[in-house]
Amino acid sequence: MKVRTMAEMMQSGETPEILFWVGCAGSFDQRAQKITKAFATILDKVGINFAILGKEEACTGDPARRAGNEFLFQMMAYQNIQILNGYGIKKIVTTCPHCFNTLKNEYPELGGSYEVMHHASFLQQLIDEGKIKIKEGGDFKGKKITYHDSCYLGRSNNIYEAPRKVLEALDSELIEMKRCKSNGLCCGAGGAQMFKEDEPGDKRINIERTDEALTTGASIIAAACPFCNTMMTDGVKNREQESTVAVLDIAELIAASME
Amino acid sequence: MALVPQILFLILTVVAIWLFRKKVIEIKRNIFLGRPEDLNNHSSERWKNLFLLALGQKKMFKNPLVAIMHLVLYAGFIIINIEVLEIVLDGVLGTHRLFLPFLGAAYAWLINAFEVLALLVLIVCVIFLVRRNMIKLKRFVSKDLNGWPRTDANYILITEIILMALFLTMNAIDLVLQTRGLEHYRPTGDFLISSQLGPLLQGFSSGALVVFERICWWLHIAGIFTFLNYLPYSKHLHIMLAFPNAYYARLEPQGKMHNMVSVQNEVLYAMQPALAPTDAAAPASFGAKDIFDLSWKNLLDAYSCTECGRCTSACPANTTGKLLSPRKIMMDTRDRLEEVGKNINANKNFVDDGKMLLHNYISVEELRACTTCNACVEACPVSISPLEIILELRRSLIMEESNAPQEWNGTFSNIENNFAPWKFSPNDRDQWTKEN
Repeated sequence: MKVRTMAEMMQSGETPEILFWVGCAGSFDQRAQKITKAFATILDKVGINFAILGKEEACTGDPARRAGNEFLFQMMAYQNIQILNGYGIKKIVTTCPHCFNTLKNEYPELGGSYEVMHHASFLQQLIDEGKIKIKEGGDFKGKKITYHDSCYLGRSNNIYEAPRKVLEALDSELIEMKRCKSNGLCCGAGGAQMFKEDEPGDKRINIERTDEALTTGASIIAAACPFCNTMMTDGVKNREQESTVAVLDIAELIAASME
Repeated sequence: MALVPQILFLILTVVAIWLFRKKVIEIKRNIFLGRPEDLNNHSSERWKNLFLLALGQKKMFKNPLVAIMHLVLYAGFIIINIEVLEIVLDGVLGTHRLFLPFLGAAYAWLINAFEVLALLVLIVCVIFLVRRNMIKLKRFVSKDLNGWPRTDANYILITEIILMALFLTMNAIDLVLQTRGLEHYRPTGDFLISSQLGPLLQGFSSGALVVFERICWWLHIAGIFTFLNYLPYSKHLHIMLAFPNAYYARLEPQGKMHNMVSVQNEVLYAMQPALAPTDAAAPASFGAKDIFDLSWKNLLDAYSCTECGRCTSACPANTTGKLLSPRKIMMDTRDRLEEVGKNINANKNFVDDGKMLLHNYISVEELRACTTCNACVEACPVSISPLEIILELRRSLIMEESNAPQEWNGTFSNIENNFAPWKFSPNDRDQWTKEN
């Protein structure tokens, strides 16, 4: 599969249907790269003409803004909007709820207005349109899956059903955790917590959440955020359950189940 | 002489309303110590929020049993206070049960409805007292409520029990007196609840019962006036402020942070100096260190908080033992605001007291524990956002004090230099496309 950049598209005078905003985790984090590749594979298989920004993409500024560094956020936003507007981008799909929230809700008033979708909604749309076809008797058929709501997808943007619809397509058994949807418990990574040690306390948030996920008896914890994925994976390792419980992104589950 | 009670009553009423009005004006002044922010757009959506969230108490129904009890308490208490209209008019005009001749048979029906509600309110108040003090519900035993807040909560419930009991006793005595043919006590028809108390009262002389009835009547109305004036000093103010707070609730997605136009412009002028106006002044301060730097909506939030703690029990940081408690953020904001208000009352204008909301009330450790997950915002039945205050204070910490944990300084420098929060070369950003 050849993934092309906007610069390359521009050179050959093409316009992609969508820009795939990969995000920092998706670009650099080894675990998250697998999610990126899975989603790119899906796009490729379905025949969607997409591009990435490649080296021209930069952090949206989400962690800086939430930590309190508005200057840095505004600098990142300025640069990104210059690039996005320069290419005349209309539609963006991203696998990161944090990038999604910033691009969709925070860039418009700074001069960057695009149609922004998270891959959960995008995958749901592809399934509904029949563009994604799931294999008969796929790997996840009948398996117990629990979905962990990302705060930046769920409470921040009210997207609760799309990821669940995507999982339903796998014909697996979806089990909800005690705290789910609008009551979902954070994985502990948001608000730039990902990038520092926890404040003093009794328990790490990701362990608390992982324990809740493990109580469901699910063999797969599905996530739709690279940061949640990291936190839950760490939690599962901490509880020494990695041989029986897998933490997977909805894109990985779909990519592995497509015809 | 006959006019004495009427005059006393009139004085009581005027003083009660005047005191209440004075405090309301003070609270309004305090709220508008915050930054101006225009929240008058999208009025139809705002009215919808007011009806659903404040009147309909939509978010309370996440726990239906408690929601129903709370609804009984609130609706009961408000509806019963319609009776206050008659009591006030009786007091001023020296009449007794003024509406009886006008309403006829409907009068007993109306009072019966009030009595049923009064009994329900009384029962719910007792359940809530037990729930608060005997069942060790985590959000009620929390140290956030140590001292005055816990007492305040109990005072409110006890006062409501007393008011309801006075109302029922007053009616019960009235019924007994009606059977004794006293001129003043005309037949009203039977009352559903208070009639049950009749046998207890039969042994008393009519003279004693008239005195009792008057005592209940005066205590009931004096109690209501006292309660009215207690409200603005109490967490119970939410019964009023829930309405404007729901109306002015944020309509944007919860994930969107408030934009700082001043910083946006600073960055724009740095990137494109030609756009900078010649008289561009640097912003005076960044983020919030005190209540003056918060939006008036944040301050309205603080006065609307009834310290129920749903935010704190939903907070991932708090439930895993971190210092942060979103409820405490709101209580601190209100306490500081009240302190500033008293300062202004004493000095006409605010005189620097060497204190701030940041550090003196809310510590760095609390602010640092927030994951910005919006669980507190989602949990609040009256549309309060503790998160907005946390984020504004964080802005001040970083941009005014350069107060960041070492790891965050590294993250910032990585974002600035490598365009990612980690120290990877920006040239490797598309490296994944080359691997399989």
